Amino acid sequence: MKKRKIADCGQEQGLELHQNFFNTLSEEIVFTILDFLGDNPLDKKSFSLVCKCFYSIEAVHRRAIRPLRTEHLPKILSRYPNAERLDLTLCPRVTDASLVAISSSPCGSSLRSIDLSRSRFFSAGGLSRLASECVNLTEIDLSNATDLRDPGAAALAGARNLERLWLGRCKLITDMGIGCIAVGCQRLKLLNLKWCLGIGDLGVGLVAVKCSELRTLDVSYLQISNKCLPSILKLPYLEDLVLEGCFGIDDDSLSTLKHGCKSLKALDISSCQNISHIGLFYIISRHEGLQHLTLAHGPPVTAPLAASLRKLTMLQSIKLDGCSVTCSALKVMGSYCVSLGELSLSKCSGITDEAFSFLVTRQKQLKRLDITCCRKITDVSLAHITSSCTGLTSLKMESCRQVSKEAFVLIGQRCNFLEELDLTDNEVDDEGLKSIGRCSRLIVLKLGICLNITSEGLSHISRSCSKLVELDLYRSSGISESGIVAIAHGCPSLEMINTSYCYGITDNALMSLSKCTKLHTLECRACPLITSLGLGVITIGCKQLAKLDIKKCNKIDDAGMIPLAHFSENLRQINLSYTSVTDAGLLALASISCLQSMTILHLKGLTLSGLTAALLACGGLAKVKLHATFRSCLPETLLEHLEARGCVFHWRNKPFQAELDPKCWTMLGDTLQ
Amino acid sequence: MEDLKMDDEEALCAETWLRPSSGNSIRQPNQPSFTNFTLSNDQPEWEDPSLLDYGVRIGTSFSKYSFAPDQDGQSLQSNNSNSKRGEVNQQINEVLKIGKAQDWDPRAMLNNLSFLEQKIHQLQDLVHLIVSRKDQILQQSDELAMQQQQLITADLTSIIVQLISTAGSLLPSVKHNLTGPTAMAIGKHRHISEILCNSGLGLDATNISESHGMGPNVANQVEPTGDTAPSHHPLDEPELKEEDDADEGENLPPGSYEILQLEKEEILAPHTHFCTICGKGFKRDANLRMHMRGHGDEYKTPEALAKPNKGNSSEAMLLKRYSCPFAGCKRNKDHKKFQPLKTILCVKNHYKRTHCDKSYICSRCNTKKFSVIADLKTHEKHCGKDKWLCSCGTTFSRKDKLFGHIALFQGHTPAIPLEESRGVEGLLEQGETTGGEKNRIDQSINFSFNTESHNGSRVQNIMDMKGSIDDPSSYLSPINYDSFNEFSRAAFDDPDGGFSFLIPGSCNYGQKNGGQSCYSDL
Repeated sequence: MKKRKIADCGQEQGLELHQNFFNTLSEEIVFTILDFLGDNPLDKKSFSLVCKCFYSIEAVHRRAIRPLRTEHLPKILSRYPNAERLDLTLCPRVTDASLVAISSSPCGSSLRSIDLSRSRFFSAGGLSRLASECVNLTEIDLSNATDLRDPGAAALAGARNLERLWLGRCKLITDMGIGCIAVGCQRLKLLNLKWCLGIGDLGVGLVAVKCSELRTLDVSYLQISNKCLPSILKLPYLEDLVLEGCFGIDDDSLSTLKHGCKSLKALDISSCQNISHIGLFYIISRHEGLQHLTLAHGPPVTAPLAASLRKLTMLQSIKLDGCSVTCSALKVMGSYCVSLGELSLSKCSGITDEAFSFLVTRQKQLKRLDITCCRKITDVSLAHITSSCTGLTSLKMESCRQVSKEAFVLIGQRCNFLEELDLTDNEVDDEGLKSIGRCSRLIVLKLGICLNITSEGLSHISRSCSKLVELDLYRSSGISESGIVAIAHGCPSLEMINTSYCYGITDNALMSLSKCTKLHTLECRACPLITSLGLGVITIGCKQLAKLDIKKCNKIDDAGMIPLAHFSENLRQINLSYTSVTDAGLLALASISCLQSMTILHLKGLTLSGLTAALLACGGLAKVKLHATFRSCLPETLLEHLEARGCVFHWRNKPFQAELDPKCWTMLGDTLQ
Repeated sequence: MEDLKMDDEEALCAETWLRPSSGNSIRQPNQPSFTNFTLSNDQPEWEDPSLLDYGVRIGTSFSKYSFAPDQDGQSLQSNNSNSKRGEVNQQINEVLKIGKAQDWDPRAMLNNLSFLEQKIHQLQDLVHLIVSRKDQILQQSDELAMQQQQLITADLTSIIVQLISTAGSLLPSVKHNLTGPTAMAIGKHRHISEILCNSGLGLDATNISESHGMGPNVANQVEPTGDTAPSHHPLDEPELKEEDDADEGENLPPGSYEILQLEKEEILAPHTHFCTICGKGFKRDANLRMHMRGHGDEYKTPEALAKPNKGNSSEAMLLKRYSCPFAGCKRNKDHKKFQPLKTILCVKNHYKRTHCDKSYICSRCNTKKFSVIADLKTHEKHCGKDKWLCSCGTTFSRKDKLFGHIALFQGHTPAIPLEESRGVEGLLEQGETTGGEKNRIDQSINFSFNTESHNGSRVQNIMDMKGSIDDPSSYLSPINYDSFNEFSRAAFDDPDGGFSFLIPGSCNYGQKNGGQSCYSDL
């Protein structure tokens, strides 16, 4: 049947038939080709424009749609009848009419997943149509639907096959609404209720009674107490439970727990102020099958508490971020805990070299280690880490200022499996980078506020770390043009780069970066040497560019905006503050249909009428940061119109700031400590 | 209407039966028969007033439809001036209180038995009287015969009631000492109690419907008991057993209380006390007595005005339980697991609630219906406050009760009152979109207008808004936008990104809720 369609396509093309080789390709082959097409949505667009049969095959092949505007939704939906996943996060305004269009479209019945997490303006009516017509929906993301109320939740309950539901920050939903969902969607496997402040014990209790298939439950920051906890822990398949910030749960409630949840594998009880080590004892002793335990910002971790962890024979990762961990506790964990794969001790005060070294020499299987802001740690610890945990894939040690620059050499010498390395705000220098260059698997490298590094160090990195995807050079002011050029040559898969406040970055650097075709985030704030020319080249080369921060690049003007508007069809977010862009540039920018977020502060050349026109022209805007003086100048009706279109205004009242001296920043950092 | 008729009859009776010789003139029309009866039979003096009074009361009370048994008991006690009997009663009560296993006083037992004997003799005399009356009936008019029959059955009932009371109070001790006479008394009692109910039924039927066919039936049922030979009616036997079962379940010894059954009409009657002179009905006995004062000085005496059972200890009263006349009801004495009702009020409320239409509708919610007006009043007190609603229609005053209910039942779900919550939503949203207090007020007014008539006003709003949006220059009018005219062509090239959104968009704005369109009205 499909083949006949292809043949029909060919006939329609008439004389050109013999010239079109593509018609000889079978549908399966074209499907396979499509499977390999990259992330850039424009690639598929170009593909479908090749010929009519490619167009139709692409339409049949596509499973996921992420439209920019809801206005064209009916057309899009009829074009892609097999769509299963609909992502509406780029549409700030999704009305009930859009939801009705979705539910009555041909793909309505095949739709499995819909993401409304950043959309507003829909209500219970649309949701109820969606729930009743799209019978195969298994996944709905309604996070941030802050004006959704119980009727909306009740409408949602009509989606009987729902398995995954996110309701984060739906603050107006109460027990009644979640009760409807609990009764209606009994196949739920994942439920996220984070920040749903209207929901209490009764609602969560009912969910636990009715949705017996739940695997993942997030009730963070809910005002739940002892009453619903027993029924939650009776859920037969529950694997992942997040109780972050549940102040209503206290030691008493945990001590009365008669049984734990047998199936529980991951438990997060961060920031529960009323749970002390006594409560933790109880809950740990009743969940011996735990694999992941998060106790961040909890009570002090002492030796007895650490000793209780030995009961958890399956434990793979433990996160104690922000707790005060005693030395004895670390030693106990080192000696008694089973071999951990992940350990997170960021911002743990009281961690000393001695205890930590003991811990890491015992925990040799560590893959991921986070010691951010453990300020007492010195070279000794790093030496022990590198010598015993050679299999580390992720090491985060931001602001370990006591570690001397010589020690970083050890990282490169011993930990060659590193994929993620965060050395922000450290003493690492070019020698260190030269050594780190041996970690050829590096994907993420963060070198922000590393004042000792220069372009030479970066060139070592670029020689071997060809897989690098993310590079952060924020305020590493020693970096100059040559370093970036080297990186651009050596790391073709680079997607994110931050060169903010690297004053030596020039247009040449950007020109070389334009060869990194996957680049989607470029932050080059306060690089005064960059001009419109460099920006223009980047936009031509990096079609994927979605986030651009050129704040305080005061040489960039309207000339840079025109190529940007013309080539960067994927641009979603831009910061233009303090640049020399004027009305013309802004209006050009407004023609980018994807553009959703703009920060326009202190543009000297911007007039009121230009701003008005740009705001009106840019139909997809969801968020605009403007100086507060514009608020009174812009006509009220215009603001209301834009808000009704889904745009949110953030008014800032910061005075114009001249750029600080680079040395001043480091001095500021020192005084803070 | 019926009552009036009956009063006429009674007045007629009073004329034909001649003058009242003694006693309370409240029972004026009925008394002659008893005076005749007592005189002719030469009964011991102390028995007369009680019997007479009692019987008459039965008669009147049946004509009043309800509370008759209650009054009977009270009058029985009040007229027991005899110290001996008082003792007996007290002893019986003590026995009852102390319990079955308690040792019994043979002397008291003997007293009781002799008392029973006397009663049986009285019964015999009465039946004799009936037999003699039957001859007279032939000569008299039907109506008079009816009247006589009623009176005699009433007398009989009174004796039977007394018998039951004595036998019933004896019963606990009897259980342990099954001597011949007492055993016989029990048998009698059972049978009699059964007949009592039946006869009561018959009387009511005749009183109210005046169906003459019922008259002989009553007489037939009464006659065998008069013979004191317990000839069991075949139909009664299974019922008796069932009653016994029920009594055991109730933890009340069988026969320790008497079962009374009012008729449907009695239960539903608006008034329960009727003036025997003018027929006016009253809900309370006290009101009737107040009313009676208007009929003559004889009703103004302290005795006439006194509460009938005053001065007698209620302890000495026999336990009374009530049966619902609805066949098949658990509260009906024929039910296997019969559970008696405690008071007349219970009977009334039970019957109305379970076997009658719910005719009182709550004026606030227009959904809740009640058959007892007190229930309606109770509901109205918190109608609307019961905001926790289940999909099955049940309302709860407490949220946890609702959630307990939902957790228990499959398929039940919390019900959210749609219009109400929508209203709130709309209001809140409007408040969010516009900061000003004044706007909020305006919009809330607008919104409430919307809720009143959904379609019309909403359309109106959309129309208004379209009017203002269709002209994009209205947005730009306050600004001098000549400066960007030269490049505006390029910027608005893309029809999707340009002004085209204004028209389709404007249609959408109204769709969510009417209030949203308000921004254009400002």
